[in-house]
Amino acid sequence: MSVITYREAMRQAIREALLRDERVFVMGEDIGHYGGSYAVTLDLLEEFGPERIRDTPLSESGFVGAGIGAALGGMRPIVEVMTVNFSLLALDQIMNNAASLLYMSGGQLNVPLVIRMATGAGRQVGAQHSHSLEGWFAHIPGLRILAPATIEDARGMLWPALEDPDPVLIFEHAMLYNQEGELEEPFQPVDIKSAAVRRSGDELTIIAYGGTLRTALGAAEELATQGIDAEVIDLRCLRPLDTATLLSSVTRTHHAMVVDEGWRSGSLSAEISARITEEVFYDLDAPVSRVCSAEVPMPYAKHLEDAVLPQVLDVVNAAKVLCA
Amino acid sequence: MTESTTNVGPEVQSAPSDNRGLHLLQEMLRIRRFEERCVELYSRSAIRGFLHLAIGEEACAVGVMAALSREDAVVSTYREHGHAIARGLSMRVIMAELEGKLEGCSRGRGGSMHLFDGTQRFYGGNAIVAGGLPLAVGLALADHLQSRPRVTACFFGDGAVAEGEFHEAMNLAALWHLPVLFCCENNLYAMGTPLQFTESETDLALKAASYRMPSWEVDAMDATAVERAAREATEAVRAGGGPHFLELRTYRFRSHSMYDPDRYRDKSEIERWKQRDPITTLVAQLNHDGQLADGQLERLEAAIAAEVEDAVTFADAGTDEPVDELTRFVTSTGTGGS
Amino acid sequence: MGDFTMPSLGADMLAGKVTQWLVKPGDRVHRGDIVAVVQTDKSDIEVEIFEDGTMGEILVPAGDRVSVGTVLAHVNGEASEFRGPVEISGETAALGPSSLTAVPQFEPGATSIAPSPPQPRLEAVATSVRASLHPGLVESPLVRSLAERLGVEVSTMVGSGVGGVITRRDVEHASNARVRPSSSPLARRMATELGIELSSLIGTGPHGAIIERDVGREQREPPPETPPIESDIRERRLAMQRAVGALMARSKREVPHYYLTATIDLSRATSWLDEANRSRPPATRLLMAALYFRATALAVKHVPEMNGLYVGETFTASERVHLGVAISQRTGGLIAPAIHDVDQISLEEVMVRTRDLVRRARNGVLRASEMSDPTLTVTNLGDLGVDSVFGVIYPPQVALVGFGRVREQPWAKDGLLTVRPCVIASLSGDHRVSDGMRGARFLSEIDRLLQEPESL
Repeated sequence: MSVITYREAMRQAIREALLRDERVFVMGEDIGHYGGSYAVTLDLLEEFGPERIRDTPLSESGFVGAGIGAALGGMRPIVEVMTVNFSLLALDQIMNNAASLLYMSGGQLNVPLVIRMATGAGRQVGAQHSHSLEGWFAHIPGLRILAPATIEDARGMLWPALEDPDPVLIFEHAMLYNQEGELEEPFQPVDIKSAAVRRSGDELTIIAYGGTLRTALGAAEELATQGIDAEVIDLRCLRPLDTATLLSSVTRTHHAMVVDEGWRSGSLSAEISARITEEVFYDLDAPVSRVCSAEVPMPYAKHLEDAVLPQVLDVVNAAKVLCA
Repeated sequence: MTESTTNVGPEVQSAPSDNRGLHLLQEMLRIRRFEERCVELYSRSAIRGFLHLAIGEEACAVGVMAALSREDAVVSTYREHGHAIARGLSMRVIMAELEGKLEGCSRGRGGSMHLFDGTQRFYGGNAIVAGGLPLAVGLALADHLQSRPRVTACFFGDGAVAEGEFHEAMNLAALWHLPVLFCCENNLYAMGTPLQFTESETDLALKAASYRMPSWEVDAMDATAVERAAREATEAVRAGGGPHFLELRTYRFRSHSMYDPDRYRDKSEIERWKQRDPITTLVAQLNHDGQLADGQLERLEAAIAAEVEDAVTFADAGTDEPVDELTRFVTSTGTGGS
Repeated sequence: MGDFTMPSLGADMLAGKVTQWLVKPGDRVHRGDIVAVVQTDKSDIEVEIFEDGTMGEILVPAGDRVSVGTVLAHVNGEASEFRGPVEISGETAALGPSSLTAVPQFEPGATSIAPSPPQPRLEAVATSVRASLHPGLVESPLVRSLAERLGVEVSTMVGSGVGGVITRRDVEHASNARVRPSSSPLARRMATELGIELSSLIGTGPHGAIIERDVGREQREPPPETPPIESDIRERRLAMQRAVGALMARSKREVPHYYLTATIDLSRATSWLDEANRSRPPATRLLMAALYFRATALAVKHVPEMNGLYVGETFTASERVHLGVAISQRTGGLIAPAIHDVDQISLEEVMVRTRDLVRRARNGVLRASEMSDPTLTVTNLGDLGVDSVFGVIYPPQVALVGFGRVREQPWAKDGLLTVRPCVIASLSGDHRVSDGMRGARFLSEIDRLLQEPESL
């Protein structure tokens, strides 16, 4: 058992991948000489050299597309996009090529590519560096979307993602990098398919992922002191969704809530809510509740940013109404 | 550092002395006759969707493909029937694809704009303008990282030069000294908009040269000229010379796609270019050099007509993919999931 | 002679207008020649011909708009390696969905490929229904949603509109008679299962909605500081009793019951169970009840008329055996939810599911299918000390098997008197479906199976 940060866990995972498979290489903006904008790739250039730790120009579409091409050419690239807002510059490559090539080639060309990027708000970096857009990517057939919320998942999701024959996008919430936690030694592999019950309870199911898992767990502790026993589920994989785990919990608790840092309109939280209503409507004792970010571009001022994001108290209050 | 090999003069160039000239002619004719048949099939609804024909531009495809080896890769555009045929995909699987049949090279999932053949390293069939360039850079990067002496040829049109992805890919390829042969088929129109309305600098080879990349402009109405340029460039790329750029000056005789009224071009302009049809040009070269025997062209045409008919018969007899396979290949491991 | 037809110049092109003929009858034409100009929705397009020959009669003059595939002119063809246009139009007909969807209800008979225009289906249905003044005729989505919102049952209503159509006024009028309270989906489901009228309950949820606890669910783990109120429990028990009572009254009224009993020697079953449980922790031990369930489910194979549903004067035997298991609830009363496919699953699985079912039934969290699916019920009152059970059949099922307590009793076999553990098994049968002979066969089959516990 050792105590490490989420950032270190991710770095260990990348290092392990580079050591295990010579087809693996990393590319992205400022990942080499700078050490990574979130310092995830710090010191890897010195250890693995510039061929495998490749600094790229600021051309998201170009290097994400090159990652796809390299994957077609037999490599196992890990492409880092600095932050999710920048990934929109590569949306063409992700959607029209990575996600579509296998299908439109009639099954001939799979794309074993991993794209990592930071997501989420909380550091007062304003409206072009703070959004949670992973739900958009979860809309796209052909992609697997992961959101490691724990140290264990930060350490464990990368290798199975590289083993996946298809493109996998990993969204790392920027506020998690400094989180510390214990990691079992030797490290046990994790799966990248299922949701996880992070806290058991039988009166309310709170569904969260990535950055909102901590919020949900904090709220659940508070709710316990007020006599509401909440179960907290970590989605882990946003596409394909592990609907079975969600539904089996909701059929026990009869109350469901989604906590998502994304906006609510046309969102992942809307999709989850719809599935619950479609599948287990007659097990619901109240409408599905959602706690999401306010629908504004992210403001800079601290108090405004806080007001946008789902907070523990928001979840607690919504849960009390839901279980009234 | 552009070097012009353009020849627009009236004098007849010599064709390559071995059988290469005949090969170029045969491949151009195969493409031409295949596409002419496509027009007919489209008119009677056997082919649907978008159909972009390269009639008039055949020299680009056959000249470049003649210079590539089997291990090299090709990334193409949505106007790629010619590239696919010249690369070696059979007319049968292409025609079946155009008819949306399971026997098509993409199982009927792709259609005219998305022809693929992994075994021949033919990576499509990309219908986002300039979207294929980063793929080509990545394929070349994989070769570089695995120390394989292979070349990736990437086709795109003049319209792509205005896209950001063009510049990102050119920069990456040059920066990392990757083995890419960029083949810009400049037919003077980005769909219906003339080059001078879309580019501040219309000399595309000059533009490419700004990335410190050897660049030529080539008269691509002359298949032998394209082949010579492509051979020279391919050998340089394979020898470690980094990416090269060919501006293939060409012209399409037909409209952009089947539904295009062709309002933006003067009839006389099209007629002028038809005087420089790459097929008649090469036939003249071969006759001049005495490389074409009596009746040889007719025999070639007959054989190609039979091949086209065989492809249509094959496609017509093809099957529809069962609808219960609809979600197959969304992912490699299952039926997609959501 | 061939035909020159209006070409399809895009998947969305249904028709085109000939704006100009560039050839006239008698002109020589070659494959690829432009012969006419056609105006599409987008613009004018020059169209070419695909064969060599001489232009024949022009059938569609300039200025006319015709659908794709219409013959525009005849062509007197020359021998060609390409298939003639006549054949082409024939193939077009055989092209299937793509061409048919591209060419819907236009086509004034120009070719034979036009499908007949789709019938205005809804209107046809509505007309025929209206003619016979059927009840439940709602045409307007607004009226339908209003009826749903107000909880008005329209299926039996004949409206005041033309032809008996139910109008908005009809629905509003009906709703005044009876207001449906708002309620959660779970509460509605439970109320249905328990046969409780929602309108008899008082909602305590948000906006006065009736929620689960109002219907009578027992608190799972009541927090110590809020012990259940005595009146709540009484209320729930009453609701339950009412629902079960109504069902049993109906059974006794409608179903001609007959009863049989048999005393079954359980010495083999008991010792087999003891052996099987020796190495198991208490939580996973097998109980005699599981053997009863398996034996009953398997016995059905020989006497299928015990397993199924009697609906509308007809009995239908069920292929699958969903065994209703009578469970007493903490609030009092019995319910009998199903364990599915008991004939198909292992004894082990039966035990697991039984435990799960009992736990959930006592917490009030059963699935709708479990309440509605049983095809045959087993009740085991052995724990409660009774010798035997004469149960009331749960309609629409047609049989109920009961087991009393296991007790040691003198047993004579082969002229020797021993003491054996025995149980009295009983059968309540529906005489409309089976009789005493078949019932006896059924009980003896259960007996036989219980003598071979290892096969269960």
